[in-house]
Parts: sequence; C-alpha cells; structure tokens
Amino acid sequence: MIDLHRQTFRDEANELLAELEFSLLELYESSEDQELVARVFRAMHTIKGSGAMFGYDDISSFTHEVETVFDLVRNGQLSVTPELVTLSLAARDQIKEMLDAADGKGTVNEERKEEIKSGFRNMLPGHNAPRKTPAVTTVKTTATAPTLTYRIRFKPHPRLFQTGANPLALLNELSEMGRSIVVAQTTNLPLLSDLDPETCYLFWDIVITTDQGENALRDVFIFVEDDCELTIDVIDDGGYLDNDEDYKKLGIILVERGDLDLESMTQILNCHKRFGELAIESGVLEAEQVASALAEQQYVKDIRKERQTKESGSSIRVPAEKLDILVNLVGEMVTVQARLSQYAQSSNEAALVAIAEEVERLTASLRDNALNIRMLPIGSTFIKFRRLVHDLSQELGKKIEMVTIGAETELDKTVIEKLNDPLVHLIRNCIDHGIETPEERTEKGKPQTGTIHLSAIHSGDSVLLTIRDDGAGLDREAIRAKAVEKGLVAAGAELSTKEIFGMIFASGFSTAQQVTSVSGRGVGMDVVRKAIDALRGAIEIDSTPGEGTTITLRIPLTLAIIESLLVRIGADCFVLPLTFVDECIELSREDVARSQGRHIMNVRGKYVPYIPLRELFAIGGTVPDIEQIVITRIEGNRVGFVVDHVIGEHQTVIKSLSRIYRNVEGVSGATILGDGSVALILDIPQLYKSAELAEREVC
Amino acid sequence: MAKVILTADDSASVRQMVSFTLKQHGYDVIEAADGKDALSKLESRKVDMIITDLNMPNLDGIGLIKGARALPDCRFIPIIMLTTESQDTKKQEGKAAGATGWIVKPFQPEQLIAVTRKVLG
Repeated sequence: MIDLHRQTFRDEANELLAELEFSLLELYESSEDQELVARVFRAMHTIKGSGAMFGYDDISSFTHEVETVFDLVRNGQLSVTPELVTLSLAARDQIKEMLDAADGKGTVNEERKEEIKSGFRNMLPGHNAPRKTPAVTTVKTTATAPTLTYRIRFKPHPRLFQTGANPLALLNELSEMGRSIVVAQTTNLPLLSDLDPETCYLFWDIVITTDQGENALRDVFIFVEDDCELTIDVIDDGGYLDNDEDYKKLGIILVERGDLDLESMTQILNCHKRFGELAIESGVLEAEQVASALAEQQYVKDIRKERQTKESGSSIRVPAEKLDILVNLVGEMVTVQARLSQYAQSSNEAALVAIAEEVERLTASLRDNALNIRMLPIGSTFIKFRRLVHDLSQELGKKIEMVTIGAETELDKTVIEKLNDPLVHLIRNCIDHGIETPEERTEKGKPQTGTIHLSAIHSGDSVLLTIRDDGAGLDREAIRAKAVEKGLVAAGAELSTKEIFGMIFASGFSTAQQVTSVSGRGVGMDVVRKAIDALRGAIEIDSTPGEGTTITLRIPLTLAIIESLLVRIGADCFVLPLTFVDECIELSREDVARSQGRHIMNVRGKYVPYIPLRELFAIGGTVPDIEQIVITRIEGNRVGFVVDHVIGEHQTVIKSLSRIYRNVEGVSGATILGDGSVALILDIPQLYKSAELAEREVC
Repeated sequence: MAKVILTADDSASVRQMVSFTLKQHGYDVIEAADGKDALSKLESRKVDMIITDLNMPNLDGIGLIKGARALPDCRFIPIIMLTTESQDTKKQEGKAAGATGWIVKPFQPEQLIAVTRKVLG
C-alpha cells in the first residue's frame, strides 16, 4: 500500500516541479511579485513535507535548504536576485534527478547536490554557523517505567473549549493508562443564572497507577498544556520501600496539594476532632477539596492492601450459565428500576424520587459490571482461524500466512460465539477466491505467500473487525454479469462500485468458476449478512483488483442492554438506540405546510430529510399539533424520524422477537417498559435504507 | 456510525495517505484541496473533526481554522493542524486561531490514528 502512496507522491512532485520551473522563470522577470514567492515556497514546502512522509529523506533534507532561503525571502529578509533564481532552477533539476533516481532511472550527482546545498547556505545571513538539520521525530519508545502512583491536578483555563479540546477525552485517555480515580472540583462553578455554558469552570484531581512514566502522563495533556495548570506528583513508589498499608494523613495530603497551609493545619489539629469535618466547619476548605483528598487516601490504601494480598489468587472460574443468569437478572432489575423511576416521577414525592435516582445509579453500575464480566478477549477465536487457514491452504495447494492484530479486544461472550460462523465463511472466501495459487502470484509479481490480516479494534460502542487479503480482489464485471444473469439488476443499470460489491451478499450468489469443497455453492455471503444483521452490526467491502479485498464488520459490544431514546406515536411506544441519535426538534403544522409535501425540514439553515413513522407504520388516530423529530446520524447523513412525543432516555433490555416477527423490516427487537407494556426497538439503519430505496424508485 | 473527518491539504499524496489511513480505521473522510474548498464543504456537511495542513493556496490553514470556528457546527469540534518542525510560531498562531492540536510532519500512520483517537475521545 505504501507503494501506492509513493507513486502518488512522485506524480505530484513532478507536477510541482513543473509549476516551480514556471514560477521561477516568471520570478526572474518580476522579482517583486510576492504571490510568486509564496508559490515557490509552497511548492518546496510540499515536496519537503510529503517527501519525508513517504521515505524520500534525501529529497526532503535537500529541499529544506531551499525552503529555508525562500522563507526568508517571503518574510522580506532576503530579496530575489538573478543568482537566487538560477540556483533555484538548478535545485529544481537536482530534485527531479533525485526523484528519477528513486524511480530507478539514472543516478544522482552527489557532488553537484552538495554544491547547490552550500550555495543556498551561503545566502543565509550569518551562514557560517552550521545549520541544524531537521530533527526526525522518533516514534514513541515503549520502555516501561516502574509502576508508580501519581497525583495529577488538571486545571484548564476557562476558554479551554474554544480550541475544541475535550477534557472528558483526556480523562478517558488517562484512565486507559492504568487504574485511576478522578474527582471533579466544582468550587468555581457559578449559579445557573450566571453560568456560561462555553466556559470551563471545572477542574480535576486524578490519582493514577501506571507503569508508563511521568512523560507519558504529560503527553496526554500535550495539546492543552499551554491552556491549563498541570501538576503531576509521585505519591506511591509501587512498594520499593516496603511501606505499610497506611497512607498519609488527610491534612498532609491537603498541604501537599497546596489547598491548605501548614499553620491552618496545626490549628485544626489541636481541636481533636476528625480533621476533614473540622476543616470544612471552620471554612478553611471546601467539602470537595476534602473529598478529593480522602479519595486519594482511600485509593492508595487500597492499592497497598491489594499488593499485599496479591499472592492469594486473583481469579475464579464460574460456569457460563451462572453469568447468563446474572445478566438476565440484571436485565429484569433494570426493567423494575424503570418502573420505580416512572412511579416516583408521577408521585411527586421528593424522598421517593431521591431513592429512585439512587437505585438508578446503582443499577447502571451493576449493569456495567455484570456485562463486563461476560466480556472475553476475541483472541481465542483467532487461534481457531489460524488452524483453519493452515488446513485449507494445504488442501488447496496455496501458501497463506495469517496475521492477527488486537487479539486482546474484548467482546460479549454471546457476540463472540455468534461471530464465529460468519468469520469462518469470510476467511474461507479469502482463501478460496481471494488468494491466488503460488504460480499465479509469482506471475503477477507478488510474493508467493499470500497474507490474510485479521484485526479487531474498539471504536466507540462497537468493535471493528477487519479481514484483509492481498489476493486477486473482487472482479466488478464478473459480479455485475452474474447479478444480471440472476435477475438481481437490469442489464443496463448504472451501479456504484459499492452497490456492485453489495451484490455478493444476495442469496445464491457465487462467481467461483467451479464448485470446490470450500466454496462456490453460493451459500455463505448471504448467511454472513444475516448473521451480522442479527448482531445489529454492519458490513462493508472494499476491493482493488489485483491488490486484495478488505471486509470490515462493525459489531456492537453487547447484545443485552443498550442506552436508548423512548418515544411515543399514538398509544404505542418505540425505542431508538441512543448511539444513532443526534438531537430532537419540534415539527409544527406550519413547518409541514411550508415544505409542500416534501419530507424535508430546515434545521438551523441545513436541510434534513425526515421519515414520518406514523405514516410508515400506518398508525391511526389524530396527529398532535406539534410533533417531534428525532434526528439521527447514519453513515454521516442526518435523517429525522417523526414521532408524537419524545419521552426520554431509557435503558433498554433487549428481548428478541418470536419467530413469526423476526423478519419484520425496521424492527430489531422489543423491550418491556416500566408499566409492563411492550415497546418495539426500531432498526434505524434498516429504516433509513428502505426509505432510501423507496426514494430512488420514485426518481 | 462512523465519525466524519475532513482533511484539507494541497498535497494529493498526503491527502491520500491521511484519507487511506483514517478509512482503514473506520472513519468516513471528506477531502479538500485547500482552505477555501474545505470551508465550502463544511457548509453542506457536518463533520466530527478537521485535519488541516497549514500552507495551502487560496486560503491557508490558519484561515481555515478561523473560518471553521466561526461556523456554529464547528465551534467545538477538534481541529488538528499538520506542521513541519520549522513552524513553531505557526503552531502558536494556529492555537490562537482555535486549533486543538497538531501533528509534526513527517508522521507515521499510527501517529495520525493515535492523535485522532486522542482528540475524538
């Protein structure tokens, strides 16, 4: 693949050189033209930057000399002279020669190269000082530092959000580096009436245990270090000095943090009461500062205690059914909790509402924990595929190597089990259709051994599974011809590459010339699609003839419980998975009248198409005066779904539909609501797709 | 739901490399040849992040950052600028204009992905 980029770079560089020659000759005529100087600089700059990106380091460092001079010209520190233009033209020829040499045409005249270089250096003011060559950024080394515990105070400036920085992302990144606690400090938060939502009022105390060293921690904040106060201190050395379980006293921690001075501490200490309470009572400290320090104290005590009990085994084996029962119970619990919340809301009793909220919080963390227990690394399945590749390639007389990445990526156990069959199908396809025989490969100038890459990475609330081979790639025309033959498309229909590739998921589709024991019967790809659909996942194919095929599966992390938005149409409730939802807006009668029958809404100057669900599901009754549109985002497009009323967020325990309803389009499952009624879970991507198809037929 | 990233660079090879790398990791990519092109594309589509070169014809990276921050949809999205080591002042200028962070050229695809993940959260 890198060869492809290098080729593009060479084409581009040649274009730039042609433009450079033209600009330089113009510059010879009109040496004052700033626009021309800027053009020359830009061309040099691009060649230098892109050259370094694709491994042409010599071209890059050579061009650097020229760029430096033109930078000065651009800033008015040097003027354009005929000598400069002549030398630049020579440099242009030199770059051309180096490019050609890299392409395997001719050789580089090293002597002249150095001559031109020093020519440019001599033009620099104070050229006797040796120029620093551009530093090559080294890829981060992963030498592990000892496991230490750090205390971090991250206090961003109020204007932090204006640079697009997201403190939450930073905190999440930190938490991925090791075990940590985060305490938010809200002392600076003003009253609601004075609050400016675009200002950052919060700051955070973090205690983290990691083996990646202080520099790695600072790296997390690299983009914001000028916009924040950041202090990082080591507070636990990982047990080098055999310290006991007890950690520092609260007062000491607060003094270390700079929240308290020593004098006030001794004063408070003389009162013989619990330190924290006293400090708050006397008004020296805010409750939150104390809470944060207490959290640190508890945290360090915990890790020290764990260190001492580590030897006594850290995991237990539990039969899988027990976990399934646990998850089911949690599911029931979530449903009951929804009932409780609903009842509490309608009762108007503050005490009950408070209890309901607490139960809600507890249930949410219980749910996360229970689901987490069922998470397994996908690596175990990867090993099976290795064997499959080995056996099949032997049988077919092909040489295939399998590379796996991200074996440690975790997925729900049930999802992994259901992924097994589709993945087997896809890998079989790679081996049978994708990778060529060693003879064919040699003919095409590829290495004899083909490679199948299998990778798994986390992306938001889903996992991306990629299967990539370096085989023959999909044959667009063969697929098209087959599709026409099967009557799937009209002979002359115009189809995008994506649509053509999509055809291979139709049932009974196979372009294999002959049926082998591995594949060719046309069962397979449609089975794959069904399996992935059942997992609420998505599948995507990309292929370049002669270079290979990439299949990407996007699989949700878990199947049991999702966050969603509860809506009402008529008397029925529906559920939309929250991952798709962007925002909700109102749709009045006037809006409908204004769009003259087209289902399009103007949202802050942008047009968003919408699907009226009442119409789609043929629900009777009167339409309310003001409906609501839930705007979702699918594959980068915004689409609205019109409902009567948006009820609110809802934790949805997914129940699968019975066999009769399983194939109903637009519905992916059902859930039980707090009042015992059933709500259908809408299959947003499917609804979007069928609306898109219907639209196309109209056109 | 793939996140959408707009990449603006006058160098086709860098654009291709950025776009290829991002797509490989499951992002949707919109390409723009310069700042002006990028701004006109931002008019019609909502993006989750912008990656821009600094030196471009018509409208440079700083101009693009300022222009994008003036659009309601782009006020708080992460904007990453691609710089070369000689442009430390540019880096400051970019931050002042509202850039979230930067990547120093030349960079490896892995670095691009690491930074993208970092700022997109």
